[in-house]
Amino acid sequence: MSTPVGPVTSAGTAVPAGPVTSAGSERARTVPGWRLALVQARYQFTETVRVPIAVIGTGLFPGLALLFFIVPFPEVANDPLQATGSAVQLSIFAVMSVCLFTFGAGIAEDRALSWDGYLRTLPAGPIPRLFGRVANGLFFSILSLLPLVLIAALLTDASLPASRMVLTLGALIAAALPFLFGGFAIGYWATPKAALAVAQLLLIPLAFAGGLFMPPTVFPAWLGAISRFTPSRAGRELVVTAATGTSEFASVDLGVILVLVGWTALAAVLAVRAYIRDEGRRFS
Amino acid sequence: MPGSSEAPVVVGRGPGSTGSTGSSGSAGNGVPVGAPVVRAEHLGRRYGDVVALDGVSIEIPAGQLVGLLGPNGAGKTTLLQLLAGLRRPTSGSVEVLGGDPRRPSVRSGLGVTPQDTGLPATLRVSEVIEFVASHFTDPEPTGELLERFGLGGLTGRQTGGLSGGQRRRLVLALAFVGRPRLVLLDEPTTGLDVESRLSLWQAVRDYHAEGGTVLLTSHYLEEIEALAERVVVLGTGHVLADGSLDEVRSRVGLRRVRVTAERLPELPGVRRTSREDDRYELLTSDADALVRALVLDGAPFADLEITNASLEEAFLSLTDPAARAVDDGREGGESR
Repeated sequence: MSTPVGPVTSAGTAVPAGPVTSAGSERARTVPGWRLALVQARYQFTETVRVPIAVIGTGLFPGLALLFFIVPFPEVANDPLQATGSAVQLSIFAVMSVCLFTFGAGIAEDRALSWDGYLRTLPAGPIPRLFGRVANGLFFSILSLLPLVLIAALLTDASLPASRMVLTLGALIAAALPFLFGGFAIGYWATPKAALAVAQLLLIPLAFAGGLFMPPTVFPAWLGAISRFTPSRAGRELVVTAATGTSEFASVDLGVILVLVGWTALAAVLAVRAYIRDEGRRFS
Repeated sequence: MPGSSEAPVVVGRGPGSTGSTGSSGSAGNGVPVGAPVVRAEHLGRRYGDVVALDGVSIEIPAGQLVGLLGPNGAGKTTLLQLLAGLRRPTSGSVEVLGGDPRRPSVRSGLGVTPQDTGLPATLRVSEVIEFVASHFTDPEPTGELLERFGLGGLTGRQTGGLSGGQRRRLVLALAFVGRPRLVLLDEPTTGLDVESRLSLWQAVRDYHAEGGTVLLTSHYLEEIEALAERVVVLGTGHVLADGSLDEVRSRVGLRRVRVTAERLPELPGVRRTSREDDRYELLTSDADALVRALVLDGAPFADLEITNASLEEAFLSLTDPAARAVDDGREGGESR
C-alpha cells in the first residue's frame, strides 16, 4: 500500500482508476434529456396519484361552484351565453389554482425536502424535471376540468361547438401562462409556508377582480378600472371570447392582449431569476 | 510560527494506511492517473455574513478512502455540497473527476446519498432505485444492488413504511446505483444499530477494494478509524489537519490530565491548560510523556487523574489558535 497521504501530494500518484474508467465521451455517459423528461413525468405522476385525495381535491371546487352558484339560477343556467361564459370562467379559475398551488406551493415544498437536493446531484440538468412538472400540471388541470365540463353540459344550457373547442383550449393555455410562470417564481423564491400564503393571497383576489366569480358588468367603476389590468381579467376576456364569440359579455381588444403578454413576460423573467438564484434551501 | 496560523497543520505525510481498511491490494499497482478525483483550491463559501468554508484546499487521488472529521458547523456539509455541485463556491475553485461538478455529465461519475428522511414516501423501494438508475447509462442491476444492501425482501414496500435502518440502507444503496467513481457519504451510519453499521461498512470497503474513491464524513472517530486511510479535519471552515489515520488519531485522540499542584513545570505536548485554584486541567496528545516529565521535575503534585478527552474537545483544541501555534512549531519542524 503505497498511496501517499497528504493534502497536496497528487500529481503522478500511483493509484488505480475507479471502477468505471474515464474513457468515452461525455455524451456517451449521460442519458438523453428527453428520456429523463419522460422518466420524471412518469414518476411525478405515480407520486401524485398514490395520494388520491390530492387528485380529487383539485377537481372538486370548480365543479361544486358551478353546481351551487350557477345551476340553481335559471336566468344564468338557461342562457347559453351566460352559462357557457360562467363555466369557462370557472375553468380559468381551476387552471389558475393548479398553477399557483401545484407549481407555487408544490415547488417550494419540494425544494425544502432533502430529496430534491439529492436529485440535483444526479447527472441531469433542470429541464427534465421542469418538463415533468409542466406535463403533470397540464394533465391534472385537464382532469380538474372534467367534472366542471360534465356539470355544465348536463345541467345547464352551456354549449361549446366542436369548431370552437381547439380555439378555447388554446386560449385557456395562453391565459394560464402568467400563472404558470408566476407559480414557478413563487415556488423557487419562497419558503413552503410563504409560498402557500402567497398563492392563496393571489388566487382569490385575482379570480374575483378578474371576473371569474361574477361578471365584470356588475363591478363598481373603481373595481372595473383595476380589473382591466389584472392577468385574470385579460385571460377571462380571451377564453370567454374564444368559447362564445364577441359579445357584451366578453371581448378582446389590444389592451387585453397587452396586459396578458405583459404579465406573462414579467412572470417569466421573475421565474427565471428565481430559478437561477435558487440553491435549494437558504440555510444549512 | 506565528505567521502561519492560516495554513493547515500538516501532520506529516507518508504511507497512510493501517491494516484496518483491508483496502486495495490493487492500490499500489502503479497505474498513473492524470487528474485527481477531487481538487479543491482555496475553496470558500459564505452565506451572507457567515463564512462556512474559508480557503480549503484538498486533493484526493483516485482510489483513496478519505474520512472528513469535524465538529458541527465546521463546514463538512458545505464542502460536500460544493463537491456535489449543489452550491456555487463564493471563492476558489473546485474540480471533481476533472470537471465542474455543476455540469451534469461530470456528475455521472458521482454517487451521493440522500438524507433518509426525505425519500418520496409513496414510491416503492424498487421504483426509487429504478428512478435513480434511469439517470445513468450503465447502472448496476436493481436486483443485485438490493441484495448487496440487504433490501432483497423489500422491493415492493413503499419507502414511507420502511424502518429507520432499512431507509438508511436504501439511501446508501442509491449512492452506488450508477457505478460511480467517487462516492460522497455524509454521516452514513448516524443512528444505526451495530449490525447495520457493520454491513454498511462492509459495502463501503468492497467498493473501495474495487478501486472506488470515497469521501466520508462522520461524527464517530470509530467509523473513520474503521474505514478511512486518510483523515482530514475541518474546523470553522479551515483544514486543521490532513494526514494518515494514525497521525490524525494521535492528534485528536487527546487525554485529559488533571492534577493538583502549586505550580506546574513546562510540560511537553500540552494542547490546552486551564486552572481553577491549584487544580490544573491539561489536554495532551501524550499523557505518558507528560506524566514522566512531571515526575522527573520533582515538583510536588497530588490527585493525578487521566481520562480520554472527547472528540469535541479534541476538535476545540485544534481550533484554538494558541494550541495551533504550538502545533505549527512542532509539526512544521518535522515535516519540512
